[in-house]
Amino acid sequence: MNIIVTSLVVLGSIAIIAAVILFLVARKFAVYEDPLIDQVAEVLPGANCGGCGYAGCRAFAENCVKTGKLERDYCPVGGTDVMKRVAALLGVEAQASEPKVAVLLCNGSSACRPKLTTYTGVKKCSIAHTTYAGETGCKFGCIGFGDCQVACAFDALHIDPTTGLPVIDEDKCTACGACTKACPKLLLQLRKKGPKGRKVYVACKSQDKGAIAKKACANACIGCSKCVKECPFEAITVTNNVAYIDDTKCRLCRKCVAVCPTGAIHAVNFPVKKDENV
Amino acid sequence: MKTFSLGGIHPHDNKLSARKPFKVVALPDVAIFPLEQHIGAPAKPIVAVGDKVLAGQMIAEAGGFVSAPVHSSVSGTVQKIATFTDGWGFDKMAIHIKVEGSEWVENIQANSELRTECNLSSEEIIKKIADAGIVGLGGACFPTQVKLMPPKDMSVDTLIINAVECEPYLTHNHQLMLEKPAEVLMGVRILMQALNIKKAIIGIEANKMDAVELLKGELIKEKGECQHKVSAKNTSVTESVDVLLTDREKVPEVNVVPLKLKYPQGGEKQLIEALTGRKVPNGGIPAAVGCVVQNVGTAFAVYEAVQLNKPLVEVMMTVTGPSVTNPGNFIVRIGTPIEKVLEMAGGIPADTGKIIGGGPMMGKTYSHTNHPVSKRSSGLLLLPNDMAAPLEEKNCIRCGKCVQNCPMGLAPYLLATQGEMALWDDMEQEQVANCIECGCCTFTCPSNRPLLDYIRYGKQTVMANIRARASK
Repeated sequence: MNIIVTSLVVLGSIAIIAAVILFLVARKFAVYEDPLIDQVAEVLPGANCGGCGYAGCRAFAENCVKTGKLERDYCPVGGTDVMKRVAALLGVEAQASEPKVAVLLCNGSSACRPKLTTYTGVKKCSIAHTTYAGETGCKFGCIGFGDCQVACAFDALHIDPTTGLPVIDEDKCTACGACTKACPKLLLQLRKKGPKGRKVYVACKSQDKGAIAKKACANACIGCSKCVKECPFEAITVTNNVAYIDDTKCRLCRKCVAVCPTGAIHAVNFPVKKDENV
Repeated sequence: MKTFSLGGIHPHDNKLSARKPFKVVALPDVAIFPLEQHIGAPAKPIVAVGDKVLAGQMIAEAGGFVSAPVHSSVSGTVQKIATFTDGWGFDKMAIHIKVEGSEWVENIQANSELRTECNLSSEEIIKKIADAGIVGLGGACFPTQVKLMPPKDMSVDTLIINAVECEPYLTHNHQLMLEKPAEVLMGVRILMQALNIKKAIIGIEANKMDAVELLKGELIKEKGECQHKVSAKNTSVTESVDVLLTDREKVPEVNVVPLKLKYPQGGEKQLIEALTGRKVPNGGIPAAVGCVVQNVGTAFAVYEAVQLNKPLVEVMMTVTGPSVTNPGNFIVRIGTPIEKVLEMAGGIPADTGKIIGGGPMMGKTYSHTNHPVSKRSSGLLLLPNDMAAPLEEKNCIRCGKCVQNCPMGLAPYLLATQGEMALWDDMEQEQVANCIECGCCTFTCPSNRPLLDYIRYGKQTVMANIRARASK
């Protein structure tokens, strides 16, 4: 009995002393952290993809709370919904941004772009690119070893074995921009997603003159300027032998798609026309 | 025989074109002069379309301190200043000249005999070398005049001439020493005069003993020594020359040293260690240990520039390969399409799998043959299909052969894995910047891992990171 009482008293007093010390130390060295940071981080997707430009979601949250502004910060993965909730927490106006998606600016599939040489080194685009211009005659086109596929944290990008080109799953793509940084030829770009995902773009970056570009790839933009003349909204310009469609001016009429002699202009997610369906 | 201490490998030297006399390649119809034939800023064109130019005339001036001018190797008319596709498929700027002949600029004595008089000052020699557009012909193409002006706080006492030619297959340096020994030695003298030093060592690998003997004989002749001394004592040329040369304090001392066969002996740091025993500090330049290294081809180009006023318009090349009909050594005017050079060697054999610019260890495979010879060109190696085919890559078995053979004391297996996983900071800590890209690791790997591919890419990234940090 005596032993039990003694141990209770001794252990109890140790516990009380320790508790007092811990309480005092915690008071003395307390680090104040804005509870907002936790709340904001909670709202963010938590993928740590780096698409916003910060090291991860928590770094993004810390910065938002610290500056109290959202002018420059935008989470492309969460999109406008998440940003509205973040803005509500911070008590500021939400920054509206058009949803974006990655597009591939090359349509030189293996069928239309013959291989002239065989690369035998490490199968990585970044390393192949430092070695030479590529296996085909086009020095601007996709190398096809899939550095973008490795870079994509959302499983939205896969190399199609038949065409040799990456295919983007627009439902999964969060526009984090990791693939745009991974591509040594800078063939992936973030573009406006467009209404119902509809968009028209030139899927080629070949700056070679028409004849050379055409010889290297049947689908190349040859800089013929037919689309420029056809466009009723002056949305298309040709610089360095390659056309560019300004998506702020484009009204998705698709007249340029019809006149392009090489099929370098792509229109995606449009409903199939009835007469084509026959 | 001397050699370097750390690592190194022994590939079969395959000198198929050894002792084949130089053949001169005929002038092309159109010569293309790239503006980037050296390390540093590209040259700036100083001719316009339609201008008439003579052979040896400067057509583009140096674009900065570390840069070199470009000279026309032919006489003709400037056709255009436009891009051309280089050997690896990229577009580069160049001056295209329609060839009319080979009429030299007046003061160039293109084919005159040996001139041994040179009374120019150091500055005058360096200026002449800079104006002649001479770059290091060992492969790196670093402008020579920059190397001849070492930093003020470093005192240079030894000039090292790199005549090692440790790359398998290549033979043009060997042939140069056999055909023009007196000119090469005169070039060495001029370089010593430019650096104001009294000591030079020519390092030659032991598979070129005829060149060693020839250069040593030439040195004796120059000193006016009686050849009978040698025969009377019945000793080998090698020993007696060393005796004769060491007492000579007044005149510049040139030594020819044979070296044990080992790759990569032609690496700057390896050669300095092999010849002098000095070790270049981590990240330092050869001048830090009192050495300046120049290629034997550069020495010859310096002779031509200073004594004959002839700028760098010709390069020496080896065209070789197991199935090439006439492997040989060629003197080629810069700007000549490599197709023309290949024709001289009997054309491209049907079984060719790879055409490599340079040697098999450090050369880079060309993706097509429609591009011109430049100051960078040192050889064309045509490998048949069976030798060019890639070997099956397997897992690293941690045997450590690459570590054992790395001449820079690095751990290639580790660097390659870090490169594969994009761990750039770790690579920097593992001293990837010291890698000389000699390829010993890939050569020796029993699992056929492309170690150098990963390391080279990692090194480029790390160097870019270091530069970005420095500029911040």
